[in-house]
Amino acid sequence: MIEARDLTKRYGPTVAVDALSFDVRPGSVTGFLGPNGSGKSTTMRLILGLDRPDAGQVRVAGRRYRELRWPLREVGALLEAKAFHPGRSARSHLATLAASNAIPQSRVDEVLGLVGLAGAARRRAGKFSLGMAQRLGVAAALLGDPGVLLLDEPVNGLDPEGIRWIRDLLTSLAAQGRTVFVSSHLISEMALTAERLVVIGQGRLLAETTVAELSAGAASLEDAFFRLTSGAVEYRPTTRRTS
Amino acid sequence: MTTTAGPRVPRGHYGFTHVTRMEWIKLRSLRSTWWTLAITVAGTISIGVAVGINTRNASGDLTNNALAGVVPGLLLAGVLGILTMTSEYTSGMIRATLAAIPRRPLVLAAKAAAFGAVTLAVGEAASFISFFAGGATLRHGITAPTLSQPGVLRAVVLSGAGFCLIGLLGLGLGAIIRHSAAATAVLVVGVYVAAQFIGAIAHGAAAYMPILIVGNSLTTTRPECVRTAGAQCVHFLSAWAGLGVLCLYAAVALAIGGWLLSRRDA
Repeated sequence: MIEARDLTKRYGPTVAVDALSFDVRPGSVTGFLGPNGSGKSTTMRLILGLDRPDAGQVRVAGRRYRELRWPLREVGALLEAKAFHPGRSARSHLATLAASNAIPQSRVDEVLGLVGLAGAARRRAGKFSLGMAQRLGVAAALLGDPGVLLLDEPVNGLDPEGIRWIRDLLTSLAAQGRTVFVSSHLISEMALTAERLVVIGQGRLLAETTVAELSAGAASLEDAFFRLTSGAVEYRPTTRRTS
Repeated sequence: MTTTAGPRVPRGHYGFTHVTRMEWIKLRSLRSTWWTLAITVAGTISIGVAVGINTRNASGDLTNNALAGVVPGLLLAGVLGILTMTSEYTSGMIRATLAAIPRRPLVLAAKAAAFGAVTLAVGEAASFISFFAGGATLRHGITAPTLSQPGVLRAVVLSGAGFCLIGLLGLGLGAIIRHSAAATAVLVVGVYVAAQFIGAIAHGAAAYMPILIVGNSLTTTRPECVRTAGAQCVHFLSAWAGLGVLCLYAAVALAIGGWLLSRRDA
């Protein structure tokens, strides 16, 4: 369970997240959609306590992130593909995180196998392709076997096989009763993976709904998304094509 | 409150020992750590040996001569301290670290403990080996100093501690500045270059410059009155007072670094 209430974050004069409230429930995959620059990554950082909100608060697993007793055993996160030191092996990287939350070292090899990196475990992670780096990030998120998972653009850099793997992984994690919150700007991917949706634009909540409900009134989920976000797009070419 | 499904979370709470273990694995698992430390030790010893071979004056402080490599060697310990912190920002690892351990001052304290223990051990090794190697290479019929002579053991032990304290000062600077190049510039200018200027301009303050404390209070058997260009006498701190002042510098840098780490977005 993730509960955001009136979350607000400013960077100088820019309001990145504007009084944002939503709930992410366990048992299903919730997609987090929004155009570029709409505040998805900032919201993810606020949930993890990496950035401090200017107003409002967010609770994960019933507590503020800072108050979690074993953060990695309660919340697993993939924020950016390469959040590791390039000189460290994949195995050592996960070993550092495991040690911090008293997770047995045997779990490190387990998650490396789970994401298909067992053969590359001792290689320097700095040499990894983007797809392999994403897999290492997913391994880090799964390390503590957490009840809540946050993934920011997990399919970036993955090949078609990897994309299908992530999709199956996320739906099976949700089916086990976990809370799965996935941001993406790939609407077609969300249509396949997510059941529920949180849509934001310019830092504000545009819709908190289900995929079925949102796509009901439109030709496709994509059309419904464009209609919803038409007034809230930050970056758009200055010369518009006539449509 | 709503509880999430999924696996049960064990009792208890993460603590200092968990975080220190994480920081120790981080240090241990980077080849650059071992290279830097090896070069620090080798450089310190080589300078001690070179000075030993060329020593002709038996009445000088032979212990201080053998430890001549400590001051240049410290620079590497300081830079390693900086990189221990700044590399987390360069790589993005800091967000993984802080997501694992949201109590941020604990992260810096654990880093200081793990890094401090490693640099203390390595510093003592460099210092003792330098002392014996520098003594063994003395020529011209000069007798090498022994650890049982007054002040000698103290000088060798405190020189080793100097690596740890300058390393921790670097760690604190890294946490404050967060950029490798900028923090290294501040360390070099603040510790090495400024000492020369202030030493030449304000004699009273010279005794409190980190590098002059190491060079004239820690690595000597007897802090001497050194005549500078102005023919005035600089009274250097006693070895223990010098150690105290260095500890204070490292503590202040780490305290400011920890405070900023807690306040700033990661």
